[in-house]
Amino acid sequence: MRTEELSVRFGAEAAVDRVSCAFYPGTLTAIVGPNGAGKTTFFNLISGQIRASSGEVWFRGKRITGLGVAARTRRGLGRGFQLTNLFPALSVCENTRLAVQAEARRDFRLLSLASDHHDLNARAQAILDHVGLAARARTVASALSHGDQRKLEVALLLALRPEVFMFDEPTAGMSVDEVPVVLDLIAAIKRDRTKTILLVEHKMDVIRALADRVIVLHQGRLLADGAPAEVVALPLVREAYLGQGSGHG
Amino acid sequence: MMRLLSNDRPGHWLLALLLVGLLLGLLAAPFLFPGTKALAVAARIAIFIVLAASYDILLGYTGIVSFAQTTFFGLGAYGVAIPLALGASGWAVVAGGAAAGIGASLVLALVMALLSLRVRAIFFSMITLAIARFAQVLAAEWRGLTGGEDGLTFTVPRLISPAFRLFPAPLLGLPISGPVIAYYLILAVSLAAFLLMLRMVNSPFGRVLQAIRENPFRAEALGYRTILHRALASVLAAGFAALAGAMMALQLRYTNPDTTLSFSLMIDILLMVVIGGMGTLYGAALGAALLVLAQYYLEPLLAALARLSGGVPVLPALFDPGRWLLWLGVIFVLVVYFFPAGIAGTLRARGRAA
Repeated sequence: MRTEELSVRFGAEAAVDRVSCAFYPGTLTAIVGPNGAGKTTFFNLISGQIRASSGEVWFRGKRITGLGVAARTRRGLGRGFQLTNLFPALSVCENTRLAVQAEARRDFRLLSLASDHHDLNARAQAILDHVGLAARARTVASALSHGDQRKLEVALLLALRPEVFMFDEPTAGMSVDEVPVVLDLIAAIKRDRTKTILLVEHKMDVIRALADRVIVLHQGRLLADGAPAEVVALPLVREAYLGQGSGHG
Repeated sequence: MMRLLSNDRPGHWLLALLLVGLLLGLLAAPFLFPGTKALAVAARIAIFIVLAASYDILLGYTGIVSFAQTTFFGLGAYGVAIPLALGASGWAVVAGGAAAGIGASLVLALVMALLSLRVRAIFFSMITLAIARFAQVLAAEWRGLTGGEDGLTFTVPRLISPAFRLFPAPLLGLPISGPVIAYYLILAVSLAAFLLMLRMVNSPFGRVLQAIRENPFRAEALGYRTILHRALASVLAAGFAALAGAMMALQLRYTNPDTTLSFSLMIDILLMVVIGGMGTLYGAALGAALLVLAQYYLEPLLAALARLSGGVPVLPALFDPGRWLLWLGVIFVLVVYFFPAGIAGTLRARGRAA
């Protein structure tokens, strides 16, 4: 997957400015940068929530810049969200089942009962076991704790079986003891060695532990790109990003 | 039994009781409450259960606010009425007319959906409002085809005509006349249509509709092309509404803009779904029964109360039958106050909490 001179302008200001960058299977790329650097907007351009003003997104050798969100997901782009973005009145199980069902392309079965699709229900259950939400399966999503909602977010992504995982601050706002659970889930995807993983993250320790590569966005531009240790050492990066502290800037 | 209900458990004993009561009441209505008015009211309840349920697929399950449900109801009714009023007769004509009305509804709903579901929800609602109004004006003005405001009066097949008797002698004290047969046919079709809709909302497709209602943005991000699901939901809802319209025409033996296309009818459907409980289908059934019963029996009930309280000051004036609409309003406010998610919705939530 790669972007080519990808830009979007809101009015006169370029939120993402001619970013060209390729992402590879088996690699976890962390995207860092201060707030307002365009990280989430960059994600939105890749996953289709926002249309590019110019530039292209390529995926598996095809240009997907003109495709809608659903079409990109169906091709294998799995997008996670920074702000909790679930089906609030539906149960944890049903949230997951919907993602499993989407991946299985069974959305136009009208005359069978959803409860009779045992393979899908079993897969949803297995994913909930994996992320540690099995005990909350019958709870409605809106009643979950923030940390559990983040786990459910990861569950939905896993259910889609994407080629590309896009995590947007998956541990934001989580309590200290819950963070490792989500990081372990991401590490497990990484161990697969076939998935492309993009991770927007602020916490330096997380980046050191997980990232194979770090890119730095600053004011919509690609500022640096390289191995974590060398990127962190760049004076430019220290000034633009780390100078503001490693927490939430 | 639960499979017949698509494993969709009522979820609260009172809701189950109300539904069983409604079903038994409808099944036994001609025998329990003889007379043409009671039969007409029972048939109307059966038909409006289908119509309100079809609207619930849109409003309650998918979160689409449409005001054109009566347009499809009207298309079904006129589909049956027009050929019969032109002098054609027989069941083949009825079936053909109903099929034409339903077919036209499916096409119109698909066109409306694909042209306008992409726009913001409020604009879609406005477009449906314009189409509903247009259909009403069209039916009133195209006199040659629709009979204008007067509508069409026609003869129904002999089996369900008033003069027909199935047996020479009454059964359990009830002469099995054409209208009684018509009623049971309508009830059977309504029940089948309701169960079919219940199945659809509990299918994988139905679950996507709920997902769209809850968070269309995320549904899209899961890979659901939501415009297609919403279009199909609109088309299905239109088809069932047209089926209800065809039954209405047969039951009334006439069709005019007022009985099938009026805006007040649309508001009735909306009230049925909201009072019954959106997104449950069972609620639509209860809401339809409640509203139809109130519309037909609140006035005589008030008259009886006024007579009973004859000697007491103030009360007779309060129970003046002319005030029935006021009382209907009071009932609505009370229901909405005590059942904020509608009758079925609120009972279900309590059943889950218990």
